Amino acid sequence: MKVLVAVKRVVDDNVRVRLKGDGSGVETAHAKKAMNPFDEPAVEAAVRLREAGVAEEVVAVSVGEPGCEEVLRTALAFGADRAQLIEAEGELEPLGVSKALAAVAEREAPGLILLGQQATDDDAAQTGPMLAARLGWGQATFACALEAGEGEVRVTREVDGGKRDVAVPLPAVVTADLALNEPRYVKLPSIMKAKKKPLERQALEALGVDAAPRLDLLEVSEPPARPPGVRVDSAEALAERLRNEAQVC
Amino acid sequence: MTALVIAEHRGGQLAASARRAVSAARRLDAAVELLVIGGEEAAAAAEAAAAVEGVERVLCCAGEAYAAQLAEPLAARVAELAEQRGYTAVLAAASSLAKDFLPRVAAALDVAMLSDVTAIEDAETFQRPLYGGSVIARLRCREPVRVMTVRGTAFPGASDGGEAPVERLEPGAAPALSRLLEERLSDSGRPELTAARVVVAGGRGLRDEAGVRELEALADQLGAAIGATRGAVDDGLLPSDAQVGLTAKVVAPELYIAVGLSGAIYHVSGMKDSRVVVAINTDEEAPIMQLADYALAADLFEALPRLRRALAADS
Ligand SMILES: Cc1cc2nc3c(=O)[nH]c(=O)nc-3n(C[C@H](O)[C@H](O)[C@H](O)COP(=O)(O)OP(=O)(O)OC[C@H]3O[C@@H](n4cnc5c(N)ncnc54)[C@H](O)[C@@H]3O)c2cc1C
Ligand SMILES: Nc1ncnc2c1ncn2[C@@H]1O[C@H](COP(=O)(O)O)[C@@H](O)[C@H]1O
Repeated sequence: MKVLVAVKRVVDDNVRVRLKGDGSGVETAHAKKAMNPFDEPAVEAAVRLREAGVAEEVVAVSVGEPGCEEVLRTALAFGADRAQLIEAEGELEPLGVSKALAAVAEREAPGLILLGQQATDDDAAQTGPMLAARLGWGQATFACALEAGEGEVRVTREVDGGKRDVAVPLPAVVTADLALNEPRYVKLPSIMKAKKKPLERQALEALGVDAAPRLDLLEVSEPPARPPGVRVDSAEALAERLRNEAQVC
Repeated sequence: MTALVIAEHRGGQLAASARRAVSAARRLDAAVELLVIGGEEAAAAAEAAAAVEGVERVLCCAGEAYAAQLAEPLAARVAELAEQRGYTAVLAAASSLAKDFLPRVAAALDVAMLSDVTAIEDAETFQRPLYGGSVIARLRCREPVRVMTVRGTAFPGASDGGEAPVERLEPGAAPALSRLLEERLSDSGRPELTAARVVVAGGRGLRDEAGVRELEALADQLGAAIGATRGAVDDGLLPSDAQVGLTAKVVAPELYIAVGLSGAIYHVSGMKDSRVVVAINTDEEAPIMQLADYALAADLFEALPRLRRALAADS
């Protein structure tokens, strides 16, 4: 089976994002970028399936600007076999990305598509289920464990009340929680090797997909700050404040 | 203009979050209909739903295919209803269930979706967080159907007082794809995290079983729910369903006591709308100490027993 894994390039989550002066958007052009943290366990899971002999090939896909090549190289360094960059300029929304990924899936015919559960820039958590719906496939979101079975994958999902084990027939879409695995530490020889692995580029238009954004971003702002608090110097003083001042205990 | 709210329920009980989604939907200048979809127990929850103020009609769709609350059949049925009845909005309170099936509905209807909406200004203007909650975006959505999850903590819960008719729907579209093998729900015997008045949350600083016991003792005394950081979950100190954060549960209790946790942005965006925040941390400079209304720089192993005694003595 072939495994497709979708990786997004986002502003590195150690960087504090800055707003554009006129509030029209977030200043991303010069910010340090990295692979979306939730995509790392997705890539790791894909590579482990290949190492276990369940998958023959792992193909990493990213949709976006030419710079996304960087995160595809990271996926290749993790152990993906080849990569595809679907080049698109400007804003992308999960709906459009899911259509692009579905077009790739129709061509590549993977048995399994892995994605991160959500991207740390738009915090949408939509692309995986949207992709599954478009393909008419089953899905398992928020995966914290994954095991390949006969014609299906068994996934443990992290849900509000606890955990759920589901079996999804292949082909399937699975989105990764951070708890899915501990992604490997990529060493220099893997990074060197990744430079030689095939990376194919294609324009989004060539897929015949309309990914034009549907939502208008009117403005961005910082969330209101909480009023400054006070320091208390003992547990007893804290208890007194909670009772008499805040009146919560 | 009619909005369809998909109400979460369990064991025949309507989830509190459904009431919050109703008051969000009312801000859309639309009539509000509530869908309760599930197995046979959906009927009991639909009765409760009929009493929610502001609901014009309750739709109850009970069928074996929906009993396990799997995304594929739920989404197919909701999309089918949206098409048949021409709803202008489809919403649900943000939860692991809604995040699982609602994007499928949006894709089936070929419309963009809004996740975790925190404010509804009018029928087409919305606010939602980006970048781990460090940015608030104002967006305009003019899709023919507005599909969204709304953040429970941002909207009050609609109270009782309605008398909506309940319409029984036959089961409809229900593709059989995934199967539920097992569900392991944790029952801590404590209040539900997102509905609790007091949350006592612990981080890596709890260190070991002794720290966890200190936290539990405080939670027991206050009748509080227990919250956790990803750090504490990763270290095996607290269960994963206790995790608070943008990528986990978002809470806004009256009182949030943060113990031995640093206050990373992902955690903070899941609790910063709490009314009163207390931080207990050995590190004066920890971000949570800057955010807290009351910050106590102290070792939790010393501070928690003293806090418990002081609170008990006061009452
Ligand atoms: C994509 C992504 C998503 C994430 N989502 C979430 C999320 O939803 N929720 C979440 O919580 N995290 C999330 N995280 C992880 C988050 O970034 C932090 O790593 C995590 O919250 C840190 O947990 P912590 O505060 O328990 O640990 P630490 O940051 O290690 O803090 C421990 C604190 O305990 C204090 N301490 C130590 N000993 C004591 C003592 N004896 N008494 C008192 N205080 C003591 C220390 O001073 C320190 O401040 C996410 C990370 C990523 C990359
Ligand atoms: N532009 C993109 N290119 C490739 N994968 C993406 C892209 N956008 C989103 N994804 C995938 O979809 C997941 C969820 O993203 P989102 O729905 O935006 O929160 C990410 O973790 C990626 O795996």
